[in-house]
Amino acid sequence: MPEFKLTRRAFLIQSAVAGGGLLVGFHLPAARTRAAQSGVVTADVQPAEVNAWIVIQPDDSVVIRVARSEMGQGIFTALPMLVAEELGCDWNRVQAEYVSANDNLRRNKVFQSMGTGGSRSIRGSQEYLRTAGAVARELLVTAAARRWGVAIDDCRVENSVITHIPSGRTLGFGAVAAEAATLQPPEAVFLKEPDEWQLIGKPVKRLDVPDKIAGKPVFGTDIEVPGMLHAAIHACPVFGGRLKGFDAAAVEKRPGVVKVVGLDDAVAVVAESWWQAQQALLALPVTWDEADNGQVDDAAIRANLEAGLTAEQAVTMAEHGKPEAALASAERQVEATFFAPYLAHATMEPMTCTAAVHKDGRVEVWVPTQNATSSLEAAARTAGVDPLQVEVHNTQLGGGFGRRGANQDYTIQAVQIARTVGRPVKLMWSREEDTQHDFYRPASMARLKAALNSEGRLTGLTVRVAAPSILTSLGMKADDGHDPFALQGLADSFYDVPNLRADYALRRLHVPVGFWRSVNHSQNAYFREHFLDQLAGATGQDPYTFRLGLLKEAPKQRAVLEAAAEHAGWGTPLPEKTFRGIAVETSYGSHCAQVVELQLEDDGRFRLLRVVCAIDPGHVVNPDTIAAQVESAVTYGLTAALFGEITIGKGRVEQGNFDDYPMLTLRDMPVVETHLVPSGDFWGGVGEPPLPPIAPALCNALYAATGKPIQSLPLSAHGLRPA
Amino acid sequence: MLQLKVNGQTHELDIDPDTPLLWVLRDHLHLHGTKYGCGTGLCGSCTVHVDDRAVRACLVPVSAVSSKVVTTIEGLGEGSDAVQQAWRELEVPQCGYCQPGMIMASVALLREKPSPTNADIDAAITNICRCGTYNRVRQALLAAARKGEASDA
Repeated sequence: MPEFKLTRRAFLIQSAVAGGGLLVGFHLPAARTRAAQSGVVTADVQPAEVNAWIVIQPDDSVVIRVARSEMGQGIFTALPMLVAEELGCDWNRVQAEYVSANDNLRRNKVFQSMGTGGSRSIRGSQEYLRTAGAVARELLVTAAARRWGVAIDDCRVENSVITHIPSGRTLGFGAVAAEAATLQPPEAVFLKEPDEWQLIGKPVKRLDVPDKIAGKPVFGTDIEVPGMLHAAIHACPVFGGRLKGFDAAAVEKRPGVVKVVGLDDAVAVVAESWWQAQQALLALPVTWDEADNGQVDDAAIRANLEAGLTAEQAVTMAEHGKPEAALASAERQVEATFFAPYLAHATMEPMTCTAAVHKDGRVEVWVPTQNATSSLEAAARTAGVDPLQVEVHNTQLGGGFGRRGANQDYTIQAVQIARTVGRPVKLMWSREEDTQHDFYRPASMARLKAALNSEGRLTGLTVRVAAPSILTSLGMKADDGHDPFALQGLADSFYDVPNLRADYALRRLHVPVGFWRSVNHSQNAYFREHFLDQLAGATGQDPYTFRLGLLKEAPKQRAVLEAAAEHAGWGTPLPEKTFRGIAVETSYGSHCAQVVELQLEDDGRFRLLRVVCAIDPGHVVNPDTIAAQVESAVTYGLTAALFGEITIGKGRVEQGNFDDYPMLTLRDMPVVETHLVPSGDFWGGVGEPPLPPIAPALCNALYAATGKPIQSLPLSAHGLRPA
Repeated sequence: MLQLKVNGQTHELDIDPDTPLLWVLRDHLHLHGTKYGCGTGLCGSCTVHVDDRAVRACLVPVSAVSSKVVTTIEGLGEGSDAVQQAWRELEVPQCGYCQPGMIMASVALLREKPSPTNADIDAAITNICRCGTYNRVRQALLAAARKGEASDA
C-alpha cells in the first residue's frame, strides 16, 4: 500500500481554505468495502464504505450513518450535516441511515455512543463526525490524484466532484470511492474554521419531514414481523409489588387470545390483535402482592420530603464563603419553601417493543429507543444470550424525552413474553399503563434562604433540596447521598453569590424516578429563578436588573438575558392587565433566557400571549431546528408548569390518561419567538436547555400580576389556569 | 362478514363488529399511519375521515362505519395535498407520531371552512402533540387556506 502523507499545505490547498483549521488527531479502524466483503473485484460498481460513517454509491450519492436516535429533535439531519460539511459532498444527494447496535459491538464501538440524551448528540459527537468527513475527503482526493498521476495539492473538492485544477479533469466521488476505501487514512486532518462552513449554520430542510407528512415512518408500534402476535400488559399498580396470581381460564377462550403470560411483577395477554389482547387483559382477574407500599400516599411522600428539609442526613454539594455568617449579619433575610411534583413523560407513542427469540439463539428486537446499545444489553441479559447474538432494529420514536434510554423495562418484558410464547410478539402498553409505570421526574422540595444587604444585594444563599435520587433509582450509584444530578442549577449556579451552600438530602421513596427532559434543571430552575423574583420584590427591585447585578462575571448568561429582555421590550409599558416574567438558565451546555407575557382575566384565569426566548448554543448547526426545539421545550415545560402532577394514592399512580394528566393544546399555546445569539466558541445542546426557564418565567409573570409567589407546581392546583 | 371501504378499496372482514375502527385499520388492514395515543378520543392521533368528516377512530366501532367511506393518511396521497405541502414548507413535524392525526383534522377543517379563523382552528384542532408543533400547525393551516383561496380566485 502506498504511503500517504498529509501535509498542512496539501490540505489547505485542496480545501481552498485561506486560514488555518483545527488539527485533529484520531484513530479510525480500517474501512471495509462491501465489494471486499463479497469478493467482488470490480470495485467501481459497488457502494464503498470509505469509513465507518460514510458509504458512497457508484452514482455519487452518499449514505451517512447516524448512531443517535431521531425522536423529533432533528439529529437525523443535523448529524449528517456535520459529516457532509467536511466531506464536501452534494447535500441534495445525502441519505441518513441508522447504524446497528450489533454492528457497533462487533466493530469495537466504531460508532461510539448510541445514547441519545443530555442534549448530547451534536456536542458529544461533532468532533469525530466532522473528522470522519474530513478524512474521507482526503482519501477520495488521494484516490483521484493517484488515478490521474497528479499532485493532490492541485485537486479541489466541491459537491461530490473532485477537480484537477490545472487540467480541468473531474471525477465523481462514486468513481474513486472503492479505491479510497483501500487507502490508509491520514493520521491527522484539519477541520474547517466556522467562517468556512457552507452547510453548518445554514437552514437545511429536515430529511425526515417528507415521510412524516405522509404517514410513512415506521414507529415501534407499527412493526410487523411474520408470525407476530400482539401483547398487552399490566404491571403491578403498586411499585415494588409482585404478581401473586391470575385466572387465565377466565379469558383464554376469548376470540384471538393465545396465551396469558405471568411475569415477576406483571401479567400480559397475547392475542392475534392488540385490541383483543387489551380487552382480555381488562377482564382478567389478577391478584398482586403489594409488598409494603400499598398504603403510601401523597401526604406521606410530602411529609418525607419535608422532613428532608431539616434532616441531619444530607450532603453539601457546593459551598463557598460563609453563608451562615452572611445570613446572621444580613440586613434582611428572605426564606421560601417550594414543591415540585412527580411528572410522567407521556410520549405520544406509548412504550412498546417487538421481540423475536429465535431457536438458534439469536434475538431480535424492534424498538423505539434512545439508546440502542442499552436495548441490546437488556435483550441479551433477559434472553441469557451473548450480546453479539442480539440485533436491535431502531424504529422511529414517537417521542422520547428521557423515557426510552436508561430504562429498558418494555424491552425486557417483550423478550420475556416472546420467549415464553415461542413466537415474535409486539408488546404495546396502553396509555394508562404508560402513565402509571413511568420513571418519573423526582418530586422535590427545596428551601432557600437569602441574605440581602442594605442595598438589596444578595450576599448569601443557602439551599436545601430534599428529593429522591435518579441515580439511586436506576441502581447506578449515589448510595453515599451524592447525586450530581440532584442539585443541577443550584450547586453549579452562575450567579455571583459571595457566600453559598447547597445541600442535598437524598430521600428514599418507592416511586421510580428517571431522566425527564432537562432532568432536575426543570424544577431547580423554578426554585431558584422564582426565588430571585421574590428577593427582587422584597427589596423593590426590577427582577431583570436585579439579575444583571448578579451576572457581572457571567457574560454568556447576561447576554441571553439582555437579548430576551430587549426583544420582549422589557421595561416598556404594557397594556392593561398584562404582565411579564423573566428567567435564565444554563443547562446541557447552552444558555437560555425567556420572557413570558400574559394577560390576567377577571376571574383569575390568564391568557398566555407570547414567550420570547434567547438561546446561545455556541455554534448553530440547523437554525430552524433550534427554533423548533425551543417551541418544543417551551410546550413541554409549560404543560408541566400548568397542569403536570402525578399523585400517589394506595401506593399507586392516581392518573391514567389525558383526562386526568392533561396536556397543553393548540388553543392555549402562546406565540414563541426565538432569537439565536450564538457566541460561537463552544458546542451546546438544544433539546433541553430551552425548558428550565419557562416555568419560572411564567411564575414570575404571575407573581408580577398578583403579588403572590407560587410555592408549588402545577399552577392548576392553585386554581390558576389559562383562560 | 363486514364490509369496509377504506381509501377507495372495499374490504371483506370477518371480525368482531365492536372492534374500534382504529384497530381494524392497524392490525387487520395494516394501515399504520393512523396511530394509537389514548384509546379514549382525547388525543386525536387516530383521526381519520369518515364521509369526509374528522373522526377519532379509537372510539368508533367498525360496524358503525361499514356503509361509509373511510379515508386515512395513506389515502391522502404522497404529500400532494395542500395541507401536506404547507406542512412540508413550514417543517411542522418533529417526532411525527401525532402528525397524521393533525393533518387529517386539518384537511377536514379546511374542507368545512376553507378560510378558517384562529378561533375556528382553536375549536377544531384539539389534537395533542407532545413535541409542541402547535404554532407551526396553526401557521401551516393558515398557509394552506391562503393557497386554497388563491387557487379559487
